[in-house]
Amino acid sequence: MASASRYFEKQIRLRGLEIAFWLATLLPFVVTPAYLQLASQVAITALFALSLDLILGYAGIVSLGHAAYFGVGAYTAGLLAKHGWGEPLSGLLISAILAGLTGYASSHIIVRFRHLALIMLTLGLGLLLHEAANSASWLTGGADGLQGIKMRAVFETFRFDLYGRTAYAYSLVVLFACFLVSRRIIHSPFGLALRGIRENAVRMPAIGAPSRAHLRKAYTIAAVLAGAAGALLAQTTETVSLDVLSFGRSADVLVILILGGAGRLYGGLLGAIVYMVARDQFAGMNPQYWYFWIGLLLVAVVMFLPNGILGGLARFFPRKS
Amino acid sequence: MSASLAGVLFDGFAYGMLLFLLSVGLSVTLGMMNFVNLAHCSFAMVGGYVTVTLTNSLGWPFLASLPIAFLAAALVSTVLERALYRRLYRATDLDQCLLTIGIVFISVAAAAWFFGTVQQPINTPPWLRGTVQLLGMSFGAYRLFLIVTALAITAVLIFCLEYTRFGAQVRAAVDNQRMARGLGIDVDRAFAVTFALGGGLAGLGGALAVEIVGLDHAFAFNFLVYVLIVVAVGGLGSIGGSFVAAALLGVSDMAGKYYIPWLGSFLIYLVMVALLMWRPAGLFGKR
Repeated sequence: MASASRYFEKQIRLRGLEIAFWLATLLPFVVTPAYLQLASQVAITALFALSLDLILGYAGIVSLGHAAYFGVGAYTAGLLAKHGWGEPLSGLLISAILAGLTGYASSHIIVRFRHLALIMLTLGLGLLLHEAANSASWLTGGADGLQGIKMRAVFETFRFDLYGRTAYAYSLVVLFACFLVSRRIIHSPFGLALRGIRENAVRMPAIGAPSRAHLRKAYTIAAVLAGAAGALLAQTTETVSLDVLSFGRSADVLVILILGGAGRLYGGLLGAIVYMVARDQFAGMNPQYWYFWIGLLLVAVVMFLPNGILGGLARFFPRKS
Repeated sequence: MSASLAGVLFDGFAYGMLLFLLSVGLSVTLGMMNFVNLAHCSFAMVGGYVTVTLTNSLGWPFLASLPIAFLAAALVSTVLERALYRRLYRATDLDQCLLTIGIVFISVAAAAWFFGTVQQPINTPPWLRGTVQLLGMSFGAYRLFLIVTALAITAVLIFCLEYTRFGAQVRAAVDNQRMARGLGIDVDRAFAVTFALGGGLAGLGGALAVEIVGLDHAFAFNFLVYVLIVVAVGGLGSIGGSFVAAALLGVSDMAGKYYIPWLGSFLIYLVMVALLMWRPAGLFGKR
């Protein structure tokens, strides 16, 4: 027992490289102050990818409709602010909880299925929500998007400015907090059980880990994080468009996670940085042609780099035991 | 009212037959190799663009362009199967999904590059343009042509699958791939042929679809969901199941858009989710 708890303690401790990574996230404030809006977008996308990593990388649930929870979070935060509740932190909390409730409700369906039926169901639920938001234009503004969002300042002191200084700081702090929570979850007995379920969902109950209950929990947590990411996007940009629920967003986050490396916590963060910065650099390009390169990249990653960028790096730098 | 009801049923059935042509190949190949091929509609898009190019730029007659659309799509699917898919048969669903989504992205971008993002016009021969009077009601000639074509193809497919040696091999491979291999059936070859055939049929479906639903660069995306619904609801590897599922989907989609337009596609997705929850292996699926 003592060795088991020592194992977990060792896993939980932050490594030097990790501390360096998080310190480096502060660099945009001094090095590229003109790109803070972009940095904020990267942080939000990273949080979204992190939430997908929890269910895809660790629990093994393939989802083509993860934007559903992102969208619920974004619309909740947007609607709250539009109707007078402009306080960001409580808005963020309410949005995340509501997305979590949606996730908990749908998790009862999701955990029953595997393979094609699972992919189809996640896709179907995502499309269902997209269509619902499109139809309910009295609430969501439909295809025109939600307008007239007015945010109050964070802690009543830090206003959301034009340069995105507050936006980035706010997004980064939320990302860091969510990351610490996810990291703690992954390196707990529960996280270990999730990985066991990913490898063999039938055998895990035999050693005392209820597969479906664990998967439901993981799915709900991921939905909470996705909702928080959506709420961040709504609050920092002060608009919500139908695009937050689109299939494209679900596919994008999947690409980002796979590009970085699934099941590695930092995979989503790294993928988000590479993807968003590249897209910003190629912004002059027609989006249709942008997708050509994304497609090519996907094919290449699946064929040659099965564990993403981080997996490829790990092959060159094997960890000392 | 009854006339319009019959009209909606007829149009819906024609639409369903179109969906059947687009999805039957995917159903059989998925049942055989369990390969999640999301790029199936890209093959259909190849067929559509081949027909549009042949009829508009080169002045071919519409009917003559259809076999070429079939062949071109079959060729493209064979090349892709040989070059990429083959290596991933034993990979996870996720890898297969990602590879094929990548191919969809590439095909959509390539179509936008070569043909632009506008809807492609098509010239059908005059005898397919008007309406046909039958039992006091008028039906669109093109839709009638579509239904007759699809029914003929279904008959041929079922005949080949039930009464030929190759059909028996395919059925054996769908039922139990390992057992079929054990009996000395060359499953890989059977699969390659089926895959090419399925791609070709999708190409034919894509060529026939231009008149009804139009063709633009996003075709591969827009019809992906419909095709997956047909396959998932009809059950893997079942031609009959795909036929019934496609007809049901076509009619209910058309009826939904006609009678309750404000719901949009909501109804279809709802029906799909409900059906999958009720029977995860599809209406006619065995597994």
